[in-house]
Amino acid sequence: MNYFFNKNGPLISTYLIISIGFWLVFLIIVPQLYMFDLSFRPNIPTLLRGGPDDVYTLVHYKHFLFGSETSGERYNYVDVGVFLDTILIAILITLINLCFCYPIAFYIAKVATAKTARLLIVSLIIPFWINELLRSFALRILFAGEGFINNVLIKIGLINSGINFIAMDVALYTGLNYAYILLMIFPLYNAIETLDKNQLEAAEDLGSSMIRTHFRIVIPHAKAGIASGCTMVFMLTAGALATPVVLSSPNTFWFTQLIYQWFNMNDNWPRGAAYSVVLLTVSVVFVLLMMRIFKVKIGEIVR
Amino acid sequence: MSADVELQNVSVAFGNFYAAKDVSVKIEKGEFFSFLGPSGCGKTTLLRAISGFSEPSDGIILIGNQDMAGIGPNKRPTSLIFQNLALFPLMSVADNIAFSLEVRGSGRVQRRKRADELLELVALSGQGDKNVHELSGGQRQRVAIARALAIEPAVLLLDEPLSALDLKLRQKMRTELREIQKRVGITFIYITHDQGEALTMSDRIAVMNEGELEQVGSGHNVYEAPHTPFVATFVGENNAFYGTVSSTEGNMVKVSSHRNNFLAKAGHLSEGKKHTFKKNDEVIMFVRPESIFLKDQNNQADNIFTAEFKTIEFEGNLKNIYLSIDGKQNVRCSISNAVETSDLSTSGSVELKFSSRDAVVLPIGPLAVD
Repeated sequence: MNYFFNKNGPLISTYLIISIGFWLVFLIIVPQLYMFDLSFRPNIPTLLRGGPDDVYTLVHYKHFLFGSETSGERYNYVDVGVFLDTILIAILITLINLCFCYPIAFYIAKVATAKTARLLIVSLIIPFWINELLRSFALRILFAGEGFINNVLIKIGLINSGINFIAMDVALYTGLNYAYILLMIFPLYNAIETLDKNQLEAAEDLGSSMIRTHFRIVIPHAKAGIASGCTMVFMLTAGALATPVVLSSPNTFWFTQLIYQWFNMNDNWPRGAAYSVVLLTVSVVFVLLMMRIFKVKIGEIVR
Repeated sequence: MSADVELQNVSVAFGNFYAAKDVSVKIEKGEFFSFLGPSGCGKTTLLRAISGFSEPSDGIILIGNQDMAGIGPNKRPTSLIFQNLALFPLMSVADNIAFSLEVRGSGRVQRRKRADELLELVALSGQGDKNVHELSGGQRQRVAIARALAIEPAVLLLDEPLSALDLKLRQKMRTELREIQKRVGITFIYITHDQGEALTMSDRIAVMNEGELEQVGSGHNVYEAPHTPFVATFVGENNAFYGTVSSTEGNMVKVSSHRNNFLAKAGHLSEGKKHTFKKNDEVIMFVRPESIFLKDQNNQADNIFTAEFKTIEFEGNLKNIYLSIDGKQNVRCSISNAVETSDLSTSGSVELKFSSRDAVVLPIGPLAVD
């Protein structure tokens, strides 16, 4: 602490501590703790808060697992189903994203000339100046029944009548894949960039095929970047709201849409909070588990 | 003996810039051959062309009498040791060495056996399970050699692998490299800008400048009979006396330079062929600093001249004396530290001598700038 003050001077040190402290405490820790607390309280009118009925309860978590007491089913198949779907699809999308972004990141980091690399990075970034909602709607138009893609496919004679991409959730998966592509590419790019080019040539000189070089040399080197990209894409995909709202088919539900409903339409904040806590906890546990399995430390991810 | 690696009029161009220009050389099987030149002279470019990482824009590269055009680095019978070694940091020493065998599908036991053999060859027995970063600089060097030898290449290419080591270790590794080469008996092609490395290790040296070969020959040949002023000044130290030819007699040339008349040998134009000079030709006479003696030393000498003393530099085994003739012609003379020189600084002018056998006359040309 003393060292920190001596190094940065009192003014900058105080600024850093106050601003980072404010961000951490008031914008992250306090609201999350409030949510956590709220998720264990009954849904009662404002007037009764603090009264004798305002006691800690697990009723919302029970609802998530077993459904309402009036329903005849043993478990809350709908909500748990939506939740598992969301997590599984988020995992799938993360994997597809990784497969899709790795070649791009490798190309920018190791193959392209400096000029091409700059051009590619700029072309990756510029589309993200457009608002997420607008991008989702644009995709919806592209994938619509009489949309651009269907029209082209019909015109070149590949299909006779339009494919319902929205109902098949193709639009949703494309949108979700595209939404966080930068958060995958940049960690990968940063990690691959630090690999000494001679290592690639040495492997080639020793007879290694392109694929083997990637699996034995590049991927082990970029492991932390891969973990970092996957973590962010997974978390954000599982927690996405705008894209699923715009692009999901009428019978696909994203778990965040459920949470949104509890908060906004049903005006049941404690239940919404409980559902949020479930999503957050499971996502974090899943990420930590993956890091344990692939032997990546949290410090490496931040690098 | 058949030529193992042969370059026929090889040029490598990047746009309009020729990194290597019309290089032709035959390297024999089992030879330790060095390309020596300043940085940017095109020696690394040539090595990359031999290893297959770049294609020559002109000319043919033959390895074992087979044209290498269109054959990738992983298909050539060569193995390259990189300047920074490029060992794989996330693999153990044994895995590094056996990587080429893994690629070829050898089993784990067989790979380990071969890795252990190679570790023994480079005197690193029992270090196979270590991580690369646990090794010292010299040990890493040897792992890189073992890794490159694992595929049993016909030719080992070395791109200044010793340049990152400190002086003592570098000197030790020179001897070791040479010994390993003798043991495995394959062709070594070595790239360096360090003339000491080239002279101590090589059977033959090719001196390069600005993409072209200046001279190919044994260390003795290159050092004692330079073909060009560049070679004379790049390989070792040299005094360049500018002057004009006053007369010739057979292979001996009289050169008048700064009020002195020196007798010297005519230099070589090429292997076995000497330059012929005419009266009044502008020439440079080269005399090595270690061939110039103080007049009272007991050495044979037929050229005697006087120069003003400037300064003396102590280098340990040697003393470098810096002098000048008329303030125009700098002369450097290196003598053993054992020779008494305490009276030099007071005397002002110094009488020096050298033998005409140690002086080489060449036509004027560019020197190596140091």
